[in-house]
Amino acid sequence: MNHLISLSDVVFEYPREEAAPLRVLNHLDLTVEPREFLAVLGQNGSGKSTLAKLLNAILIPTGGNCTVCGFDTAQEENLYEIRSRVGMVFQNPDNQLVANVVEEDVAFALENMGIEPGEIRRRVDQALKQVEMYEFRMHAPHQLSGGQKQRIAIAGVLAMQPECIVLDEPTAMLDPRGRREVLATVRQLNQTKGTTVVLITHYMDEACQADRVVVMDHGQIAISGTPKEVFSQVNTIRSLGLDLPQVTELCWRLRQAGIPLPEGILTEPECLDAICSLLGGAAK
Amino acid sequence: MIQLKDVSYVYSPKTPFEKTALDHINLTIGDGEFIGVIGHTGSGKSTLIQHLNGLLRPTQGQVLLDGKDIWEEKKNLRQVRFQVGLVFQYPEYQLFEETVEKDIAFGPTNMGLSPDEIKHRVQRAMEMVELPASYLEHSPFDLSGGQKRRVAIAGVIAMEPRVLILDEPTAGLDPRGRDLILQMIAHYRKATGSTVLLVSHSMEDVARYCEKVLVMNQAKVFAFDPVEQVFSRWQELEQMGLDVPQITLLFQHLEQRGYHISSHKIYTVPYGAQKLLEYLNRPGGKGDTDAE
Repeated sequence: MNHLISLSDVVFEYPREEAAPLRVLNHLDLTVEPREFLAVLGQNGSGKSTLAKLLNAILIPTGGNCTVCGFDTAQEENLYEIRSRVGMVFQNPDNQLVANVVEEDVAFALENMGIEPGEIRRRVDQALKQVEMYEFRMHAPHQLSGGQKQRIAIAGVLAMQPECIVLDEPTAMLDPRGRREVLATVRQLNQTKGTTVVLITHYMDEACQADRVVVMDHGQIAISGTPKEVFSQVNTIRSLGLDLPQVTELCWRLRQAGIPLPEGILTEPECLDAICSLLGGAAK
Repeated sequence: MIQLKDVSYVYSPKTPFEKTALDHINLTIGDGEFIGVIGHTGSGKSTLIQHLNGLLRPTQGQVLLDGKDIWEEKKNLRQVRFQVGLVFQYPEYQLFEETVEKDIAFGPTNMGLSPDEIKHRVQRAMEMVELPASYLEHSPFDLSGGQKRRVAIAGVIAMEPRVLILDEPTAGLDPRGRDLILQMIAHYRKATGSTVLLVSHSMEDVARYCEKVLVMNQAKVFAFDPVEQVFSRWQELEQMGLDVPQITLLFQHLEQRGYHISSHKIYTVPYGAQKLLEYLNRPGGKGDTDAE
């Protein structure tokens, strides 16, 4: 129906010089709904980044079909439509910043899109405020820290007002506060502006904040569900080379030992309440 | 032993962007210590580690290696850099040779070692990072991201530095790749008795592997103490934008609510689970708390 993103039976192979092509996506089916916040987990080499690159037609499926906002990514005439609707943020901000001044960098795509100057000014200021980098608008990107640069890269995408933003490990280089800020920004965009978010991450606590989590393995979706559903499958998660949030693992260990704690505890406050009610309840 | 005596460093002095990155730092790093270096972005930790092997020259103050100012004789700096090995963030971007073997041999070759010794060191470094010898002839660019990073680390390890500094060696790796690198580093330290400084944003990793924690904040040393002592200041750490491990935070909050579950700080999940089970099963029953 009206999926925002629809991948059906997608195969992707990287050609190799002296060997058979390397198959990275293996008959993958995935849909993403408008306004959804989807997190994608999986080991290095499971196909996550390749998936991300299919979503704004940086790569075209070798087999199967990838449709974004109703546009088939394999049709070259759709490129502009797709890329103005799906913004990408990569792991390393140094590879994404092009201008000598922060605000020029944020305006770069808008200028290419032919948007009129007053509107560019408004959008750039708004985007910089959203990532809390407005006061740095006249700085040179190289004077910023890695975390600050990443927020500029995100602002550049926000300024395009895309329907969907795809982030490929955007917080891998950030400190805890930087990570929290980026995640808060992404969540706020999703909740208040209805921007669809596809977040590729190695951080389980980030995945816990999504509406839905898919875990990739060998180019396919191994598990899909709400964070609670996915992280309840402790043994499967482990066998896929992933971690659990520490409190989830704690509750799992205690349940194994016969302590009656509920499944699907993902956050520290939830865990604190569950343990307190267990301890407090027993005293009466 | 590395000492910093009253070290200050200022970026872009006398420009509108002048920034004091280190502000009168005094620090002594003992031989064989395993130190986690934490601090938010811009706190000065990268600037600090670049002083330890003479990549940056202090604007003021002295950096001493075994009591000797590393800047006293400039020709000694090269020796300092062989003794204090620095692995940058995303070191795999610095691979450049045709084969893994040549890339790892680059450092030892610069040290002027004999071909036999170089070969020997390359082998040892490969073992240390758990890459099979069959990879020696591969191009480093044909390897996976995690493997590339291990080759890059092997290139520094092959110089057998007495002090090994790693700037976020696990950034961008999946949990398995992360554990592998950290175990590798712990193993190197155990096998060689080297001093290790691990710059990390992961408090879980620091708590699990390191003995001491150096906390940088606003260009100053906020704390340089054993892990337990540092993470007991969790409220202050949170205020400066850092985390404590989630499990540590949980037990701190339980403590606040009057449940005295463990007299020791808890950093790992298995230990936390064990302590909670002991608490639940101990004489006096489950509800032996001050909370009720």
